[in-house]
This record gives sequence, structure tokens and C-alpha cells, in this order.
Amino acid sequence: MPRLNAGTRHVVRFTLNGRPAAFEVEPRMLLTDALRHLLGATGTHVGCEHGVCGCCTVLIDGMPARACLTLAVQAEGCEIRTIEGLAPSPARLSILQAAFRRHHALQCGFCTAGILMSLEAFLATRPDPSAEELREVLSGHLCRCTGYAPMIAAALEAAAKLREDAVHV
Amino acid sequence: MLAQQGKWIGQSVERVEDAALLNGRGRFIDDLGAKPGTLHAAILRSPHAHADIVSIDTAAARASPGVAAVITAAELADITAPLVAGVRAPIETRPIAVERVRYVGEPVAVVVAADRYLAEDALDFIEVSYKPRPTVIDPLAALAADAPVLHEGLGSNLVSERHFTYGDPERAFASAPHRVSVSVRYPRNTGSPMETYGVIAEYDPHEGAYDILANFQGPFSIHAVMARALKVSGNKLRLRLPPNSGGSFGVKQGVAPYAVLIAAAARIVGRPVKWIEDRLEHLSASVSATSRVTTLSAAVENDGRIVALDWDQIEDCGAYLRAPEPATLYRMHGNLNGAYDIRHIRVRNRVVLTNKIPSGLVRGFGGPQVYYALERLMQRIAVTLKLDPLDVIRRNLIPAGAFPYRTASGALYDSGDYARAVALAVEKGGLDDLRRRRDEARAAGRLYGIGYAAVVEPSVSNMGYITTVLTAEERRRAGPKNGAQATATITLDPLGSVTVKVASAPQGQGHRTVLAQVVADVFGLSKDEIQVSTELDTAKDAWSIASGNYSSRFAPAVAGAAHLAAVKLRSKLARIAAAQLNVRAEDLVFAGGKIFSRTNPDAALPFARVAATSHWAPATVPDDAKDALSETLFWTPPELTAPTDADAINSSLCHGFIFDFCGVEVDRVTGKVRIDRYVTMHDCGRVLHPGMVEGQIRGGFAQALGAALYEELAYREDGAFLAGTFADYLLPTATEVPDITILHMESPSPFTPLGAKGVGEGNCMSTPVCIANAVADALGAEAIDLPLTPAKLAALVHGEEPTPPRDMFKPRVSKPGERRIIGAGETRVRAAPELVWKMLLDTDVLASVIPGAHGVKKLSETRFLADVTLGVGPVKGRYKAEIALSDLDAPKAARLSGSISGALGNGEGSGVVHLAPDAQGGTVISYTYEGAVGGKVAAIGDRLLDGAAKVVIGQFFAALARQIGAEEHRPGLMARLLARLLALFGVRR
Repeated sequence: MPRLNAGTRHVVRFTLNGRPAAFEVEPRMLLTDALRHLLGATGTHVGCEHGVCGCCTVLIDGMPARACLTLAVQAEGCEIRTIEGLAPSPARLSILQAAFRRHHALQCGFCTAGILMSLEAFLATRPDPSAEELREVLSGHLCRCTGYAPMIAAALEAAAKLREDAVHV
Repeated sequence: MLAQQGKWIGQSVERVEDAALLNGRGRFIDDLGAKPGTLHAAILRSPHAHADIVSIDTAAARASPGVAAVITAAELADITAPLVAGVRAPIETRPIAVERVRYVGEPVAVVVAADRYLAEDALDFIEVSYKPRPTVIDPLAALAADAPVLHEGLGSNLVSERHFTYGDPERAFASAPHRVSVSVRYPRNTGSPMETYGVIAEYDPHEGAYDILANFQGPFSIHAVMARALKVSGNKLRLRLPPNSGGSFGVKQGVAPYAVLIAAAARIVGRPVKWIEDRLEHLSASVSATSRVTTLSAAVENDGRIVALDWDQIEDCGAYLRAPEPATLYRMHGNLNGAYDIRHIRVRNRVVLTNKIPSGLVRGFGGPQVYYALERLMQRIAVTLKLDPLDVIRRNLIPAGAFPYRTASGALYDSGDYARAVALAVEKGGLDDLRRRRDEARAAGRLYGIGYAAVVEPSVSNMGYITTVLTAEERRRAGPKNGAQATATITLDPLGSVTVKVASAPQGQGHRTVLAQVVADVFGLSKDEIQVSTELDTAKDAWSIASGNYSSRFAPAVAGAAHLAAVKLRSKLARIAAAQLNVRAEDLVFAGGKIFSRTNPDAALPFARVAATSHWAPATVPDDAKDALSETLFWTPPELTAPTDADAINSSLCHGFIFDFCGVEVDRVTGKVRIDRYVTMHDCGRVLHPGMVEGQIRGGFAQALGAALYEELAYREDGAFLAGTFADYLLPTATEVPDITILHMESPSPFTPLGAKGVGEGNCMSTPVCIANAVADALGAEAIDLPLTPAKLAALVHGEEPTPPRDMFKPRVSKPGERRIIGAGETRVRAAPELVWKMLLDTDVLASVIPGAHGVKKLSETRFLADVTLGVGPVKGRYKAEIALSDLDAPKAARLSGSISGALGNGEGSGVVHLAPDAQGGTVISYTYEGAVGGKVAAIGDRLLDGAAKVVIGQFFAALARQIGAEEHRPGLMARLLARLLALFGVRR
């Protein structure tokens, strides 16, 4: 890793949702700010900037991470996934997204991006989760609108559907 | 007029809003981008609860890179005027502190810079000199004759006092066999939406007009307040709302003063200015619900029947009275009898000011405060008279035949069958089973209780209720105020498709979906064919003072107005079609995208063709169907009249009913509350979208659970704010929110176009007290206040914990605005004590090794001055630290004292370090520290602050050990470690 200087901008190259991406940032710039304001990937939201609310959760090399506690320069060489990369095509929702819509698992939608990213990562490693496990995963996120129950129902349904699809492939 | 049963209303269709939100394509205010050249604002806030501003030096900040302006009250004096409140009082409320600060977090200066990072950098260079004043936090203490006065012009902290009498409470109290009372304190809490405030503002000097984009929620009566504060006429203030808003729960009404502040800043710099609030700012200085001290007494018959109530409410509105306050106190004024038939009511209402964040709209708005007292009283009546609490509730309910029911204080309850709702809930919610569970738990020695709450949920506020704070004479002078205007515009375009625009300002409630359902039913179209816009723009859209999203007015008022506008347009289209088909307009049916005659279905026209006729061939349209292009409808319910001379006020149009019961268990050891079962029965009139109604109930319940068990915008007695992060202000997460049983019945409102009533706020009124009643039942407790934290309940179970003995430090009295930190630790290094001692006194080493130090100056052998940057949690700032060494006992012990100050806080304290040789020729360094911090840093609560202290100091000594290990001959590490410790906590006796 090259030495970084506080006052200078550094070019950072990575992949964003499968495509090459780059920005030029000071070392202090947060990943949230760089994604949102330099690349226009505004789907990742900022709710607290101290790592509690989970709105800004993105996947860095497959692992959920708080983008508000990550410096933009740390993205160098990483694969980053955000909510903009979830849907299989612009006109179609992913199975998890569709389940969220069906169950009214979002209201204002501000916290939704982070929650979908955490669930996406979790369901990839744990295809048959219990409601209790999902509750634990969701406890890393704050939602002020829904009371969480519809999210758990949606995630359970999505997990079942994903398992079914996996069998049929 | 009631709508005919349509195809879409009542269905839980998928929301039209969701696909965009699920793909990150929402358009929240910070997603919209800004014009090239837009500058960014950061706000310097008061670290003191109450202090005079002696001086503000902005020179260094103005010279900081990228800074366009540093704005204080002086710069704003000419271009802004005070923000008016709901009652005339000699209090000046401005968006920025003028010569004095009155709560922690109050804006003191605004930096406008090229980007937010640079703006925050410059905040550190503003030097403000404060002279602290005595503070008052407790609303009762604020009323004392010798209390510190916040606003001298007022002479005291009492802004308003009114007495009301309805019926003959005096006689009722004199003749009733029992008098039962409760005294409760409702705490400060807030809706805390996940998206914070945001404003982008611009000023056009040629037109003298402001353009403000803000995630404001209404009521748009505040538009008038903002225009007056910016000293422009209403048409020179264009207020626009972004398409999406990330929750509000009332709170985003409070963006208004910031919209004024940022707009004025934009005028000063001559460029657009953007400001996005951060979470710490939001928790400390956006909006809080009022805290309230209530003493409520009932005159009670032997069977538990209440004949009279006596309310004494002391409302704490914080440091300033901001419009629409003191509305929280009067929103429920017509509902002070709750769900009960009580004809005699006496009220004493006082509004006081304290050194806390000003209050404003928060979900429930006055309901949680009123019902906490009223339903606690119901439980106390049952306990006192040895009756079943459910029987006491039942005996007092307003009978089903009494609707519409006029309450003693003037509300007109529209419809309901409360007894049936209770009976249904008891049966379907399994109360018998719950009672068995309680008996079993108690038999096993566990602390288990059942609580109840019956609540009337008002919705669609009468804009005139606020004037009940004035006397009849004052109201006559000011002119009558009343009503709840709702508006909707339906437009037909040249291809005959339908667009709906409303001034409803949703923050996630799915208004666009429901409006599409409502209008599709009127026109016989598919909901997907209706396009709905809720992006309000005061320069272009139809709106009025009641516009916006509050008092649960969407379903009853806004959706109703859209329905009526569509019906009006439909009747014109029917006349156009009738002329073309040569049939009678009354015989026409709108269904399946067609307009056809019910007597001759072959006589049909496509809806789109008829809808486009007025664009393409206006001359062919019959005279009585002219202008079938667009219909704007304003609707106001006639029931919402101004207060009478006797102060009777119909404060809301609709009155839903909620009956909740729950079983809880309190852990005997920890005091933790577990909700075993929660049942909530709702009658919110006609349900337009069951999925969304359920969403409102679940979401409201979760917020109410937070208010009941976890959340408090806590202040220490001296005004220090203690809940500045989400690690301190605890919102319930998925692991805390239990599943609940939701039940419904429908008593349509005769007063609303669709028969709907509001549903969004009810559980915030019923749930906190229902849980509290259950906890009181479990513990046999009489007085019990929110939040029901484990510590509080454990104290009720075991008695107060003894204070732990303090070690070598004398307890030190904190100054206003401070937080104390104490701790101790130990580490080992390989160097001998003599070497460590030498390092401790070496300034050059200090300067080169203190992390975050920009320079260390040696003032004398034992005094140093350091300039350091430190971060704790989300609060990072630059500080000046003065450090002194004393009680030198070379090479064994020393005392380090210091004080630090910076834009984000200040601190002082002391630490003692002992150096002792170990067997290997190294040194055991043991240390204790005690410090006090104030200001923004102090708003970081215990978890983060104490945790950060431990981590930083631990790392400090670990680094010392490493450095000595690596460079045994390089002195001064000890000193830098200690200096770092000092800089954080300030170390001085």
C-alpha cells in the first residue's frame, strides 16, 4: 500500500457492483461520501456516521461493512457491492427485494439499503436461517418505521424461494 | 358522502414507491445533488446549557482553507426577524443564539465553505468565550421564585398559565366517596427518523426571493413563520420538498429554524448553501417531545365510576417556544376524558421553559403525555378500590349509543363502539390465557404483571385548537382560527391519463399508492394507470396552512379530498360522455377503463378518449362540463370550529379507539422487562390499505416500546446533554421488538369522505402506559416513570444500590455542562523508573510523539501547552491543552493536571502516575485519572466516552511499552502518553 499524505488526493481503483470504478480522494474522506457524492451511488445512506444505525452497510469483498466507518482509500482493489447492484435487471427485483415489497418490509426506505446488504450476505452463507438468526442479523440495523416483523417474514420467504430455485437449477 | 365500494380501496396492494427505494433510487434530499457552486454549511453549537457569549473570534476560521463566510447572530441581525410562536410572549426565538446560549447544541455560528469537510475544519478555529450561568432543567424547579430565568423579558420561566372548568368538578369532588391521584413525569424523547434534517437554500437578490428545498413535513402554517423570520412576503419564499423523506414522526417540522438559518446564510454568501444535519446534532438540537409533570386526580364512586377529573399539567417546552408550541399541551384538550364518559373536568395548564432543546412535533403529540397520566390513574383507581382494572375501564367507557359524543371540553367523537372493541380484544386476544400465565408465573415466584390501556386516538387536527392557550378575549382580538383544509389536484392530460397532486408531504407512509387506489376506484381505472406526485412546491402547487403530514390526517383528510376531487371531475366527464353517447349522465358507469351506460353497455367510450376531449375539442364540450382538464379541491370539515367563549374546543375531527393489554415479566435480578404478549385492538374507521395500517401499528408500537423501556433525551441536572449518539439514545432493534397481536374493527367516520380515521399515532399513546401498568402490576409499584430501564426497576425490586466507595480522589462537584470520567490502569515497561521519569519531562519528545499533536510548547519546567486533535466516537476536534506537573516525587510519582478547550468541548482533571521498579529492572506504571468534560464531547454518553477513555489510555500505555522496548534510549514517551491522556480528559486538581 502506498504511503498516503493528508493533504493530497489519491486515486483509488476498485470494482463497484462488478464494474471497474475509481475516485480521487483525500485520505480522510469516508467511503459513504465518496460513493454518494463522487460516484453518484446515492442508494447507500448515511444515518448516524458512528456505525450504529447500519444504513450505510455495503459489502466489501463479500463482507458487510459500515461504509461510514470505512475510509474511501480502503476501497483500493476491493470488490464493493451496494444496493444499486442487487436487482438482476433494471425492470426486475431480486427475490429478496420482491419479498420486501410483498411484505411491506419498508416504509420510508432510508434504512433499507443497509438491511438488504446485510441479509444478502447472510443468506449467501446461511440459506436456511431461523427467524431468530434473522433477528440477530437485523439487530445490527435500526429501522424506525416498520417494527422489523415484516422484514423477518420477507427474509424467511426469500430464503425459502432461493432454496427452491437452487434445487431447480 | 361515502364512497361506493371500489375495486382497489381496502386491498393491500404492493406499493408504487417500493421498487425505486429497494434499488437505491429513492430521491432523498442528500441524493438530489445541488447546483454547481453550491457551498456547504457546518454549525458551531453551544457546549453550555446556559451561558453568556462574551466574544466570538472568527478570524482564524475565516482564514481557514475553502471558507466563504463565518456567520454569527451579528451578521443575521438585519436580514432575519424572530420566529413567532403559538403564544405571544416576550421571548425572542431566533435560529441562532444572540448574546446568550440557553441549551447545549444551540447554534452559535455557521461556517460556509467549499465542502463539508472544510467547513467542519474551520469550526475548530472559531474561538468563543462563554460566561456560564446557573441552569434549570427540572420544570418544577423552573417555576421556583429563585430559579435562574432564561428570558429576562418574561420575568420568570412561566410562559403561559390557564385554568379551565367544564361542568361542575368542585361539586363532584365534594360529593364523591373517593379521590384517587397520580403524579407522573413524562420524559423527553423523540421520533429520531433515520434520515436527519437537510436544507438546500438559495437567494435571488434581483427578485428578493428565497428558494428553499428542505425535508420539511408541515404543517405549512410554519411557512408563514419562516417567511416572517426571513422578512419576505409569502410569495417570496418558495419552499420545496424532496420526493422522498426518510421518516419524520413529526420531527421534521423542526427543520424550519434551520431552513431560515441556511437560507439567510445563502443570502449572505450570494451562493446556494447546503446543510445536512449529523446524528449528534439531531439528537441534541433538532426537536424533542415535551416533558410534562402531571398531577391528575379523579372523583370516584365506589364501583370505580369516575365523575370528575382534575388535571394539573406543567409542560416543559425547553429553552425557547417554537411554533406551533405550546400546541403539544393543547392538542388533546378536547380529549382530556380519554375514552370515558366524564362530564366534570378541571384543568390547570402551565407552560415553562428550561435549559433544554426546544420542543416540537413528535409522533403522538400530546397523546403520550395525557394518556400516561390518565391510564396510570385508571390502574391506581382499581388498586385503591380493590377492583379489577379492566372493570374500571369498562364501567367508564362512553356507551355505543352516545355517538357522535360531545366531550366535556368540547371534542365531538365521531363514531365507535368501545365496549365491543374491548370485548372483542379480550376474547380474540386471549386475555383469559394471559391471566393463567400470570397466575402460573406468580406461583413460581416470578414478577409478572398485566397492563391495560384504553385510548381515543384523535386525528385531523383543528388548526384552531392551539388558540385555546389564549383567553377568549385574546382570541377575539386575534381573530378566529379553525379548520383543517386538505387539498388535491387531479389533472387530465391530452392522452387522457390521470395525474394526482396533493400537499401531503409523506415520509414513507405510501401516500402515492393509496391515492392511486382511491382515484382509480372513482374513474374505474387500474391503480397503475394513475400517476401521483407528492413533491410539494409552494410556488406551483395548491396548499394551505394545514398542508403537510401530521396529526394522522392523510387517510381521513387528504385521501378524502382526492376522492372528492376525482368525483367532481368524473361528473364532468360523465356529462361529456353522455352527450357523445346520447344517454343520461346518471346512467353512466366508469369501469374497466371504459365509460358505458348501465342500461345499454354497448354504448361505451374509452375513458382516455373522454378524458382528453377538453384538450382536443373544447368547443364540443357541454356548458355544464367545461374545463374538465384539472380539478383542484379544497376540503375542510365544518365540524372543526374555533374554540367557544367557554373554551370548548373540538380539537380534532376523527377519533379512533384503541384498546391494548399486555403481559410482562420483570427479571427479579436485573430488572429487565420482557414482553410476554402484547395485544392491540384498533378501530380506525374504514381501512384503505390493510398492509399500511398494519405497518403504522407495528412501527408505532416499536417507537412506543422505545419510549417505554429505552429512550430518553437525558440531561444531567446541570444541563449537560447525555444522549448524543445511538449508543446512548437507544432505539429498539429487531431483538427487542416482540411480535404483537393486532385486531381490528371498523366504525367508519361519518365526518370524512372515505370514512377513514387516522391510525399512525395511536400506539405511541397507548403502549407506553400499557406496559407501565403491567410493570406496576408485576412489582406492586405505585409511582413509576418512563423509561422503565433495568436500573430503575431493579431499584424498585431491591432498593437503591449503594454508591461504590471512591478511592484516592475526593469526589468533585461537577460544573454545569460537564461529564465526569474516572478510571485506573497499569502497565509494564522494560526501562527503569529513572529513564521513564526523564522521558516524562522531555518536551521535544512530547512534541514528536503525542498522536494528533500539532505542537507542544514548554512554558516552564513543569508546564506545557499542546495543540492536539482528538476523536471520540463521531466527535473529532482540535483542542488546546495546558498541562502542569506537580507533587513531583522523582522518580516515583507525579500528579498531572490540565485543562483543555476547543470548539467541541472543554475539560479539566488530574491524574496520578506511580512508577515502581519491577524485579526485571523495568518499571510498573500505575495510574489513576479523574476528569470532567463538557460541551459537545460530553453529549457522547457513558458507553462511548468511558469506553473511549479506557481504549485511548490503554493504547497510550501499550504504545509506551512498545516504544521503550524498541528505542530504550529515546526518552519522553511517558510524557507523550500522559499528555495524550491529559489532552483528552484534561488533568488537573
